[in-house]
Amino acid sequence: MEKRLLRDFIGTKLMLGITIVISVLFFIIFFILLARSIPLLGEASLQEILFSSLWNPEKGSFGLAGILVGTILVTGISLLIAIPISLLCAIYISEYAHERIRHILRPFLDVLAGVPSVVYGLCAFIVLVPFTRDYLAPMFGVESTGLCVFTAAFILAIMVFPIIISLCIECFSAIPIELKEASLSIGATKWETVKKVIFKASRPSIISAILLGFGRAFGETIAVNMVVGGVPKIPGNLFNPAQTLASLIASAYGEMMSVPLYESALMFVALLLFIVVVIFNILGVLFLRRSRRRYRS
Amino acid sequence: MNATGPIQIETKKLNVRYNGNHILKDVNITIPKQKITAIIGPSGCGKTTLLKSFNRLLELRENVRITGEILVDGVNILNPGLFVPDIRKKMGLLSQRPYPLPMSIYENVAYGLRIHNSLTKAEIDARVEHNLKEAGIWREVKDRLHDPATELSVGQQQRLCVARATAVQPEILLCDEPTSALDPIAAKQIEKLLVQLKKDYTVVLVTHTLRQAKRVADHVIFLYFGKVMEQGPAEEVFTNPQDPETQAYLKGDIS
Amino acid sequence: MNKRVLEQNIFKALMIISVGIVIGSLVFIVGTIIVNGAFSITLEMLTQTSSGGYYLGRGGGILNAILGSLLLALPATALAYLIGIGISLFLQREFLHPKIASLIRMSLDILWGIPSIIYGIFCLMIMVALGIGASLIAGIVALTLLEIPIITRSMDESIKMVPIGLKEGSYSLGSTKFETAIKVVRRQARPGIIAGVLLGLGRGIGDAASILFTAGFSDSIPASLSDSTAALPTMIYHLYSSPIPAVREKAYAAAFILMVIVTIISILSRRMTRKSMRYIIK
Repeated sequence: MEKRLLRDFIGTKLMLGITIVISVLFFIIFFILLARSIPLLGEASLQEILFSSLWNPEKGSFGLAGILVGTILVTGISLLIAIPISLLCAIYISEYAHERIRHILRPFLDVLAGVPSVVYGLCAFIVLVPFTRDYLAPMFGVESTGLCVFTAAFILAIMVFPIIISLCIECFSAIPIELKEASLSIGATKWETVKKVIFKASRPSIISAILLGFGRAFGETIAVNMVVGGVPKIPGNLFNPAQTLASLIASAYGEMMSVPLYESALMFVALLLFIVVVIFNILGVLFLRRSRRRYRS
Repeated sequence: MNATGPIQIETKKLNVRYNGNHILKDVNITIPKQKITAIIGPSGCGKTTLLKSFNRLLELRENVRITGEILVDGVNILNPGLFVPDIRKKMGLLSQRPYPLPMSIYENVAYGLRIHNSLTKAEIDARVEHNLKEAGIWREVKDRLHDPATELSVGQQQRLCVARATAVQPEILLCDEPTSALDPIAAKQIEKLLVQLKKDYTVVLVTHTLRQAKRVADHVIFLYFGKVMEQGPAEEVFTNPQDPETQAYLKGDIS
Repeated sequence: MNKRVLEQNIFKALMIISVGIVIGSLVFIVGTIIVNGAFSITLEMLTQTSSGGYYLGRGGGILNAILGSLLLALPATALAYLIGIGISLFLQREFLHPKIASLIRMSLDILWGIPSIIYGIFCLMIMVALGIGASLIAGIVALTLLEIPIITRSMDESIKMVPIGLKEGSYSLGSTKFETAIKVVRRQARPGIIAGVLLGLGRGIGDAASILFTAGFSDSIPASLSDSTAALPTMIYHLYSSPIPAVREKAYAAAFILMVIVTIISILSRRMTRKSMRYIIK
C-alpha cells in the first residue's frame, strides 16, 4: 500500500516538474536569445540595425533593412497568392464538393502538410528556378537567375495552402446546417449564402488561419534559403535575389564563429524572428479558440 | 379527403429515400391556399422531410433521392431545369430553433430584400419596419435595430425569423415545429401570429403536439411512418377519423 | 437574377481552378521527387556511405544519411514521447486547474509554431556554453525539443476525450490518480497517442533547420554520441546545388527516401487517428 502511495507521489511530482520546465521553455529561449543579442546592441544602435541596408558583418556593418524588406516581400507575396486560393479551395471542398471528392481530397491535404521543407526547397530549385529564369522573368523583360523573391514566395505559398485550407474547412463544416438553410430558404443562391453568411460566421477562423499561415511563412527557413538567392540587399524587382531573416540565419552557418559580433547579430535576428512569429501565433491561437467556442456542440 | 377551396401545393406519388431508408412513401396530399395545414404524426415519421421537400432544402443533404411530383400552383417544382432559389423565395421557413443570421436585427430582415430587389435605403427601412410590425416585434426592437440579432431572447428571435421570412413576400410559410424551443408565452405569441398570417400566406405547420394542431389547424394531414394515413379539414379529422392509426394517435395510444 | 447566377458561376470556376492549383502543387512535388529521385536509387546508393567530402564528393551512397536520420529521430521521438506523456496526462482535470492547463496548452501551441531554426540556434548556444561540438547528442536534443510540443499537444487531444465515467470507474475500484492515468487513460487513448508520436516522428525526421548546426555533417556513420552525423534533410540541403550531377543525385535519392518514409508515417498516423475515433465512447 505504501509503495503505491510512494509511486503515486513520485510520479505526480515528476509530471509536475516536466510540465513546469517545458512551460517555461518558451521564456528560457527568449531570454537566451535576448542575452546573446545584447553585445550587438552595445556596438550598433537599434536605428542603424533596422534601417541601414548595409549588411557586411565582416566589416562591422549590421544593417538589416534589406533583409527586412526581403522578408516582408517574400512573406507578403506568398500570402497574397495563398489566401485567395486557399479560401476558394476550402469553400469548394466543404460546400460544393460531393462527399466522395471530399474523401479523396482530405489525404491530399495531409500529405501536402507533411512534406518536409527541404523537399519543397529541392522541388522549387529543380523546377521553379529554371522556369522563372527561362520563361517567367523574360516575359517581363527581366533577367534573372531564377533564385529570387518570386520563386521563394511561390513555394512558400504552396507550403501555406494546407494550413489555411484545413483550418477553414474545419470551421465551415462546424457551421450548423440550419443557418445555411435559413439563408437558402429566403431564396439566396449557394454562393450568396457563402458570401454573406458563412464568411461572416467564420470570420475569427479565417483571421486565425491567415495569422497562423503568416507565422509559418515568416519563419520558414530552409525552403526559402534554397531559392531566394541570399543577397541581403533591397531587391529591385520580384525577380531579383533577396534575403529573409530566417534564411539569413541558416546561411551564416560556419561563418559566425570567426567574426565576434556576427554571432550576436544573428542572435538578434533570431530574436526578431522569434518575437514576430510568436506574436502572430498567439493572436492566431486566440482567434482560433474564439471561433471554436462559438460552435462547440 | 381533399382540401376545400383552391389548392396551393399538391404532391403526386412523392417518394423520398435518404441513405437507403425509404422515408416518404407514395405521398399524395393537397394543401389549401391561405389556410393553416398541420402535418401531424409521431416523431421520426417524415414530417420534417415532407416539409423540407417543398422548398427543396432536402437536396442539401447527401444521398437523397426524390421521385414523384410536387406541384406548386400547378408547376412541378422538382423539375431539374428550374432556378431553385426562386422556388425557395416563394416559401418562407421557420425552424424548430430560431437561427438568426450573424448580423444585426435590421440586416436579418433586410437580407432577403438586398438579394432580390434593388431598393433605396428608405424603401428598405420601410419594408423592414412593416415586416417587424407584422411579426409583432417592432415595438421591442425599434430602438435597437442595429444590435446583433443574437442578443434577443429565443422567443424574440423566432419572431424575427418570421419577419425575415415574410420580407421577401413569399406565398407559403413552412413551419417546422416553430414553438418547440419556446416557453409557453412565446409559443402562444407565435401561434397567434400564424393565425393572423394565414390571411395573407398559406401556412404549413409541422407539429407533434396534438393540442397545438387542434388549436390552430384548418386542414390536417396525418403522417405515419412515411405514409399519409388520413388528410382533410381539421374538424372532420379530429372529430371523425376514418383510419385506425389516426384514431389511435388521436386517442394518445401512439405518440 | 442573371447577375446572381453569373456571379455564382464565375466563382465556381475560380474555385475549381483553385482546387486544381492545390492538387497540381502536390502532383508537382511528388512528381519532381519521383522523376529525379527514383532513378538515383541503386543498391550502391542505399548501402554505401558517402565519400569525398560533401558538396564535391561524388563517391559512395547515402547510407550515412539514412542511418544518421534514424539515429537522430528515433531517440528524439522516444524522449519527446516520455516527456510528452507526462505533460499531457498531467493536463487532465484531476491534476491541474483547467485555467492553468489552458495556459500551458497555449504555450505548447506557441512552441509548436516556433521555427525549427530557433531550436537549432538555442541548442547551439547551449553547446557552445558546454563546449560540445556538432554531434549526434546535440542533434537529438534539438529534435527532442522540436518534437515535444507536437507530440504533447496531439496526445493531449486524445487524452482529453477519455470520458470521465471511465476514470471514475477506475477510481471507484481504489486506483490512485497516477495509476489511473498511466494504466487506464493511456490505454484508452492509445491509438491517438500513437498517432501523435507518429506525427512528431514525421516532423522530426524531415526537419533540417534544427539539426543543421547541432548535428553537423559527416561522411561516415556516427560511432558515438559525440560524432557529428549526416541526415537525409541535411544531405539534401548541402548537396542540392552542387555543380556535379553525381553529387546532386545523392540529394535526389535522399529526397526520395525521405518522402517515402514521411508518406508511410503519415499513412500510419492517419490510420491510427481513424482507429482512435472508433474507440471513443459516446
